[in-house]
Amino acid sequence: MQTRGHPNRLGIRGWVGGGRWGFERYLYTLHRLTGLALLAYFTMHIFVTSARALGPESWKSAMDVVSGPLFAMGEYLVFAAFVFHAINGVRLGAIELGFAVGRPIEPIYPYATSVGRQRRLARAVLMIAFVVALWGGLDFFVWK
Amino acid sequence: MRDRTLWTWHIGAGLVILVLLGLHMTIMHLSGTLGFLGVQDGEPTEWANVAARAGSLFFTVTYVLLLGAALYHGFYGLRNILMELNPGRRLRTIINVGVSVVGLALFVFGTWAALAAPGAATMVGG
Repeated sequence: MQTRGHPNRLGIRGWVGGGRWGFERYLYTLHRLTGLALLAYFTMHIFVTSARALGPESWKSAMDVVSGPLFAMGEYLVFAAFVFHAINGVRLGAIELGFAVGRPIEPIYPYATSVGRQRRLARAVLMIAFVVALWGGLDFFVWK
Repeated sequence: MRDRTLWTWHIGAGLVILVLLGLHMTIMHLSGTLGFLGVQDGEPTEWANVAARAGSLFFTVTYVLLLGAALYHGFYGLRNILMELNPGRRLRTIINVGVSVVGLALFVFGTWAALAAPGAATMVGG
């Protein structure tokens, strides 16, 4: 990937802070972390669930390995990571396509930015993700 | 292929995942909610339910579609994260080939499991 004279000097350190990062920058970091975690889980999930192709005994053995409270908590974390990643991904897609950032205006002092408009969407994303994750938590641990 | 095309596919794959993984998560993990609504009965990981889904064309097709979309979205995302770290020319090639090969191998393996599962579904289990 060409950086056009602006190399990424901070590297991974830049994910946790590199100056006056805004709220959305930390959502970006969380988006990446949840994405990497989901990819790692998904890779393992492909192997575990492929046991169904070998019949019921193989499936039961695989399910026995991934059962217990620790795995139940792990599955819930995967669910919560998916919820955040999906809803935040919709926000990122909307912003990339120019939605929820307001109309372009002339840069006349005092300058206005689209951050105020974006911030509302970011807060809404967090709130929706929290509610869905909470609902999932009740289903995982209480209503089951 | 140009990065813009790959990025467009990345977003498209994200939308596919949003729908199909949302469905998958609901069926597999929100059984309490589905049971309350009278849509689903029983544990989704019980062999009888696994076999029923494996024998369904809808589940087989959507599983393979989800597998492909998720692997592409995930490994392209991983590739972009690694590329941001400014690897050298040789390392960039290794990353590009590596994520493609691993992603493709997982897709072939996962697709084999999805296509072989209907045969295994006829076996009796507890």
